[in-house]
Parts: sequence; C-alpha cells; structure tokens
Amino acid sequence: MKALTLPLGALLAGVFVVAALVSLVWTPWDVTALAVRDKLQGPSLAHWFGTDQLGRDILSMVMAGARISISVAVVAVGVGMVFGVPLGLLAAARRGTWVDELVMRFNDLVFAFPALLVAILITAVFGPGALNAILAIGIFNIPVFARLTRGAALSLWQREFLMAARVAGKGPLRISAEHILPNIAALLIVQGTIQFSLGILAEAGLAYVGLGAQPPTPSWGRMLADAQTLIALAPHVALFPGLAIVLTVLGLNLMGDGLRDALDPRLKERRR
Amino acid sequence: MARYLALRLAILAGTLFAASVVIFLALEVIPGDAAAFMLGLNAQPDTVAALRAELGLDQPALWRYLGWIGGALQGDFGLSYTYKVPVAELIGDRLWVSLPLTLYALALSTAIALPVGILAAARRGGPADITVMGATQLGIAVPNFWFAMMLVALFAISLRWFSAGGFPGWADPLAALKALTLPAVALALPQASILARVMRSALIECLGEDYIRTARAKGLTRGQALRRHALRNALIPVLTILGMQFSFLIAGAIIIENVFFLPGLGRLVFQGITQRDLMVVKNVALLLVFAVTLVTFLVDLAYAAADPRLRTRR
Repeated sequence: MKALTLPLGALLAGVFVVAALVSLVWTPWDVTALAVRDKLQGPSLAHWFGTDQLGRDILSMVMAGARISISVAVVAVGVGMVFGVPLGLLAAARRGTWVDELVMRFNDLVFAFPALLVAILITAVFGPGALNAILAIGIFNIPVFARLTRGAALSLWQREFLMAARVAGKGPLRISAEHILPNIAALLIVQGTIQFSLGILAEAGLAYVGLGAQPPTPSWGRMLADAQTLIALAPHVALFPGLAIVLTVLGLNLMGDGLRDALDPRLKERRR
Repeated sequence: MARYLALRLAILAGTLFAASVVIFLALEVIPGDAAAFMLGLNAQPDTVAALRAELGLDQPALWRYLGWIGGALQGDFGLSYTYKVPVAELIGDRLWVSLPLTLYALALSTAIALPVGILAAARRGGPADITVMGATQLGIAVPNFWFAMMLVALFAISLRWFSAGGFPGWADPLAALKALTLPAVALALPQASILARVMRSALIECLGEDYIRTARAKGLTRGQALRRHALRNALIPVLTILGMQFSFLIAGAIIIENVFFLPGLGRLVFQGITQRDLMVVKNVALLLVFAVTLVTFLVDLAYAAADPRLRTRR
C-alpha cells in the first residue's frame, strides 16, 4: 500500500504533464475552432469527452488546459523557492537579530492576506491574466518556503558538522549554501510537490472567478465557469475538467507523501 | 503571560498596520490616478476632476491614508462610488451572509473531521483507517467550487432538495440556513479532510507517549486512556490547524459565494472590481485581513494558554 503511493502519484501527475506537453504540438481537435452545430455533444468516438457549448472538443481543451495549470503552478512554486529559501537561510544564519525578525514579520504580513485576496488586489490594479495569477500564488509561496527553510536550518545550525565548518573558517553565508542547502533539499522537494498541487487548485479557483488566464486560452477553471450555467443541460462539460484537477492534485499529493517516505527514513520510522 | 500578551498584541498591531499600508499603496498609489482608474478610459475630464475632489485625491497620499484609517477606526469606511451608500452599510449587510456561512462551514468541518480522525487513529491500520485515509486524500484534491457544482447538479437539479443559489434573508431563519447548507458543505469538505488527517496523526503521536503506557498499566482500557489522556493533548495541534483554516474558509467563501450567488462579502468584492469601485475593494480587503489576523492572534493566545511552555519559547 505504502510502496504504491509514489509510483501511483507519479503516474497520475505524469499523465497530465505528458498531456500538457503533447498539446503543445498536437491536440485531437483545434481548441480554437468553433463548431456550434456540434455543441454540447455527449462523449463519443469522435469526441471522447464530448463537446462544449461552442462545439469545441473537451478532450483537446482539457489537454491544453493542463498546459496553463501546470505552468502557472510550476512557476509559482519557483517564485516561492527562489525568494523564500534564501530568506529562510538568511534568517537562520542571522538568528535572533533584526534580519531574522524582519523576515519573520514579513511572513506574518503575507499570511495575513488570504491568497485569493492577493489575487483580487493584483487584478484590481493590473487586470486579470495568467501572469498575475502566477504573481498572486507565488507571493503566497514565499513565506511557506521561508518558514520551512528557517526552521530546518535552525536545527541544522546546532549540529556538530556545522560547528566544524565554522571552526574551519567558513562564513555563515558559505555554510548556508554549501552545507545547509544540500541537507534540506529533500524537505524542499517534498514541500515543493505539495505547493505545486496547491498551486493547481489555486490557479483553477482564480481562473474560475475570471482572474486567471483569459479566453481563448483554455484553462480548467475557466472551462468549469463556462460549464456552470449548463450543468442541468450537459453535466459532462463540468465533469471532465473537474476530474482533471482532482486527479492531478491527487497524483501530486500522493507523490509528495511517497517522496517524503522515500527521502526521509526518519519520518517513516516515527510514523510506524 | 502579560509579557507574552503584550508581545503578541504588538505583532498584531504591526501586521495590521503593514497590511493596511500595502492595501493602500496597491490600490491608491500604484494605479496612479485612482479617479481616472475608477471612471475608465472614456471619462470626461471634468467628471474625473469632480470625483478626484470627492475622494480627496488632491490631498497628499499620507494625509489620505491617515484619513482612511482614522475613519475606519471609527467605523466610517467612506462612500461607495457605485452604490452611493456608506461602505460600512454595504459591509454590514453582506457580513450577515459571509460570517454565518464561514461559521457554518467551520462547525460542519469540525463535526465531521474530529470523530472521523479519532476513529481512524483508534482503529489504526484497519479497514476504517484505510477508508478514512483514502477518502480524505481525495477530499483534499477536490476543488471546492467544482464540488459545489456537483452538489448543485445532484441536490438542486436532480433531487430538488435545495435551491441552486440565492439567499432569502434571515426573516425566515430555517430557509436562510437551508440556503447556506450546500455552500457550507462545499466549503467544509476539503477542510474536513485536512483536519481529520491532522486529528488522526496527532492522536497517534499521543497514543505512543509514555503517559499512555502508564495509564494502561494502572488499569485503564485502551478507550479510556484515549479519551481521558491522549485526546486532550492531541487537540492542541488540531486547534492551530482550525485557526489556519479560518483563513482558507474566508478565501474559499469568496469563490463559493459566487457559485451560489450569495450576497456576501466575496460577491461584494468582485462587484467592486468589475465596477472599479476602489472604496469597496479597499475596505473589504482590510476587513478580511483584519479577520484573518485576529483569528491567528486568538489561536496563538489559546495555544499559549493550553501550553505554558510556548509563552517563553519563540
């Protein structure tokens, strides 16, 4: 059961990554081609997932939607790591000083804004779009990684091998880069997977309320928003994009759990 | 405790102050001329000038900020540009939808998650545990707005047990609660999944402690030891997560209110954006941040009251 978590998760998430990559060069139908005559068809051999209110092929749109969901989430996690990890390392290296205090208060500040509220504020100023969705989700990821990194780094600073590095004359920044970072890499990868899945959910939510990628770019959340008014008429239009989100997020979460067990044997021991 | 309280209060005030500055800068300074922004591209210059005077935009930013916060502290949030009524009044009306919805969802989530989590921990490794772990893994992956749509398809359209949206007002409390039920369920499910898992792992952790072995050795049954000793300690991490969930529920409510066409703060803020009513957006944002920060603060206090060691450790 436990052993299956990682492969199963990787398989689920992998299917959608592959679908996204394939959609770059090929989709079963053109996602921008409208065929109103064929609108709201149920699943068939020609259209596996059926068609939407404008006659577009839902399978093709789910594939192309994977592209925007996955890229927004990946870049948002990247933003969180690129800013959060150095901040956390810095806070831990200068623990107890005003630098540490400043980083922690910054975390409090960002956590005071629900992620969606940040997105709303950004949209109010700059208008909706995929880039702003990335910005909103990314900003929220920064304190997540800063806090995690600081906590893990603080406990590492107590260890003997870091004492040895200091005695050898290495400065705090060099120690952070050469000794602490490699030691917390596994932790960061696990958290990255979890934030990735949260990012997919957040992107879908933003797109659903119209703050994400704008039409005609297909996105899962946008498709669900369009499907909502048709739910009595053609429930399949809402079914497939929703399932795509659930399965991708489920896959990533399973991967995260599996990776944690695989990368950190200590946690596994404790949980038994 | 007094020292701890003072420190937490200072952090609360500091966070709120910084958040209000961020909101102010984002909405009133970065867009440049807020009056031109609110009126759009086709506005006549004299209309823009009139609005600028009405909003007091001819005054320096610092002055405007102080005026805003000073007014907000006295419950005066200014006038909505589109509705021409005080923003405080708008917020007051909408709060009667959003707050009950959030609390309803929180109550549902807790009522489902705690027994389920306790059951899974008590029957660890058994079929009940495996079912709970599988179901919660799925529950976390489901976007609440999609779940809401599926609930509407099943309970409103097919079975006709509930209405698909809208809110009848509190004149008939039962009808109001009924209208909030599907939205609350949609909000509660993902949170309940997280909470059940936290409850389970916290309880399992506590069941492994020495004091449980002692309790068993003095003759308590497994169930008695769990109820009297493990459960109480396991509830501390659960409390923290509950506090964090409040923030998620508020954010979730913004979306869910749009699914069910509920006249809450979430819909108000979206209408504010589409109508470019910065007065509304600014103040609702401030209120939501205030709510989240206040709850975090209260949870911190409850946590410190429950565990005295936290008062000294930072």
